[in-house]
Amino acid sequence: MNRIDARFAALRKEGQAAFIPYITAGDPTLDDTARYVLALERAGASVVELGVPFSDPLADGTVNQEAALRALKGHVSLRNILGMVKELRRDTEIPIVLFSYFNPVLAYGVEAFARDAAEAGVDGLLCVDLPLEETEAYGPILHSAGLATVFLIAPTSPDDRVKRIAEASSGFIYYVSRTGVTGAQESVETAVKGMVAAIRRHTDKPVAVGFGISTPEQAREVAAYADGVVVGSAIVRLIGELGGGAEAAEKVAAFAAELADGVRTSRRPMAT
Amino acid sequence: MTESALLSGTQKVYSYPDATGRYGRFGGKFVPETLMPALRELEEAFHAFQADAKFQERLTAYRRDYIGRPTPLFHAARFSEHLGGAKIYFKREDLAHTGAHKINNALGQTLLAKEMGKDRIIAETGAGQHGVATATAAALLGLHCEVYMGEEDMERQRLNVFRMELMGARVIPVKSGTKTLKDAINEAIRDWVTNVTTTHYVLGTVHGPHPYPLICREFQRIIGHEAREQILEKEGRLPHCLIACVGGGSNSIGLFFEFLQDEEVRMIGVEAGGHGPETGEHAARFAGGAEGTLHGAMSYVLQDPDGQILGTHSVSAGLDYPSVGPEHAHLMSSGRVEYVYANDSEALEAFQLVSRMEGIIPALESAHALAHAAKAAPAMSPEDIVIVNMSGRGDKDVQQAIRLLDPEKSGPEAG
Ligand SMILES: Cc1ncc(COP(=O)(O)O)c(C=O)c1O
Repeated sequence: MNRIDARFAALRKEGQAAFIPYITAGDPTLDDTARYVLALERAGASVVELGVPFSDPLADGTVNQEAALRALKGHVSLRNILGMVKELRRDTEIPIVLFSYFNPVLAYGVEAFARDAAEAGVDGLLCVDLPLEETEAYGPILHSAGLATVFLIAPTSPDDRVKRIAEASSGFIYYVSRTGVTGAQESVETAVKGMVAAIRRHTDKPVAVGFGISTPEQAREVAAYADGVVVGSAIVRLIGELGGGAEAAEKVAAFAAELADGVRTSRRPMAT
Repeated sequence: MTESALLSGTQKVYSYPDATGRYGRFGGKFVPETLMPALRELEEAFHAFQADAKFQERLTAYRRDYIGRPTPLFHAARFSEHLGGAKIYFKREDLAHTGAHKINNALGQTLLAKEMGKDRIIAETGAGQHGVATATAAALLGLHCEVYMGEEDMERQRLNVFRMELMGARVIPVKSGTKTLKDAINEAIRDWVTNVTTTHYVLGTVHGPHPYPLICREFQRIIGHEAREQILEKEGRLPHCLIACVGGGSNSIGLFFEFLQDEEVRMIGVEAGGHGPETGEHAARFAGGAEGTLHGAMSYVLQDPDGQILGTHSVSAGLDYPSVGPEHAHLMSSGRVEYVYANDSEALEAFQLVSRMEGIIPALESAHALAHAAKAAPAMSPEDIVIVNMSGRGDKDVQQAIRLLDPEKSGPEAG
């Protein structure tokens, strides 16, 4: 069983939601990223999303854009990100999903990527600009290597698309909690709960919610009805302020622990 | 196409894009999920209005009375004679309202947006020509317009910034990335992702996710449609060769499209060679790029081995873009269209030559097509008819040209 599936199955048994932090790989260095992943795991992360930096991140807000630029200044590439994950696997079994734009994967070669990523210990891929329609040629390649393909569902997705995306998604389904780009915001759109319920009508795969969640309170609120809570920009911003090193990792872990606590102490209806 | 079939004896059907928005293996919709329903809505609206006689009537009337179509097909006699070969015609898109072909697409899409009930339009712009055209159409039709423009381009093209503002548009400076056209597109897409329910994004060329390359082509093919009629009327036969510059590829596809099935008509797209592809400072995607995805389309892209998009350089801001429309990638790989490049210095030379020989100051973009015509024509015979697309006029480039050609005169402000 894929690490992601195993983790969600275990959480479901415990009636818990997953806390899924997102960080940009290579910001500020890949050594720091490895340190951050371990710190996040200690803080209570269930799954980690690693952003693959891209020069033209058109689905990202300013915070993630700047993180990608910092990483690219250090010449981070998909190849050395996989190398970093491979080393990380000596220390952790936490499920790792790469969050990427398609072009770096295409340039690597989809087949070579699938093989190398699975071998390195990556568990899944989410390509933010590869919607369902464009995945037909690539999905089977990723799946046969053992990688999960996580798809996004948006507030604008009509019900027939929701159904098809839910069917094609594996590992989990990522519901984009707002019409917009990544970035922290004050409140989570109220329609999110209803949309998660609408997705569940089509699937019993885990549904994670992200884009704009930045505080423990928001995390607690969303964890009451979602199977996973993704927090990205709020953590990435903190990393941007702190830079790298062991001390920064401890501070990021402290913030992540609050978020994880929000998720863990959420009042969830009985596990389904 | 019966006339074409009659003349060329062929009637092969060119039916791209397919239902998924593909031109062979190029094109598609490589965008975030949030935009997928909007692209579907846009595609449906576009097909509905294509079939709507009232919409077509309005478009035709605006083309005639506002843009000033048909634009003339002009025999450039002195330029032809000077080169000593082919008989060269200019398709005068420079005479269209706002000074370039960009208005054909901007007006069509703005009309479409209004019919779709969107009250806000956004656009990206590099040199400012598409931004000006969109601001113009928005003023004409009474829509709210915001234009994203790289901070660096705003500096270089201050006149166009002022023109847009004069017509009531808001110009939003883009400070991210390289602060040029590609970043303006990123920012426009981010805006569209956020405001997709109220806003139409008027993309300025035959790039982006399906149906944009199709929509833009359909609004630009009027160029070739007119040119075909005009040359048949003047010469009684089809041209030997068509030449157009290729940024995203809208003026070139606009000229080429109606001739695609005329197998005897040669077609040449001219990219920006900048300082020369070997220097890395250029925008010659076919000479120096590889297949990849950027801004929603699978096409040719200037990128490093890791798939990161490279910076580009061209003396002309309108050609200074790291990717090219997917239909061109298809036409290149099928061999139907040839793609070459002209360097900065060659374009500047053609810019001056045509100004002197014909009293027409071409846009620096169009000057790339003219530069290639100047290279190719001497080897042709006077029987060979060449149509060069004069995609725009050079008023916007005069300051840049002074700076490059005569730095003494330009003073500190012009840079
Ligand atoms: C006059 C002119 N010609 C050509 C272009 C290049 O665009 P395209 O290749 O879409 O025609 C531009 C773009 O700004 C332009 O202003």
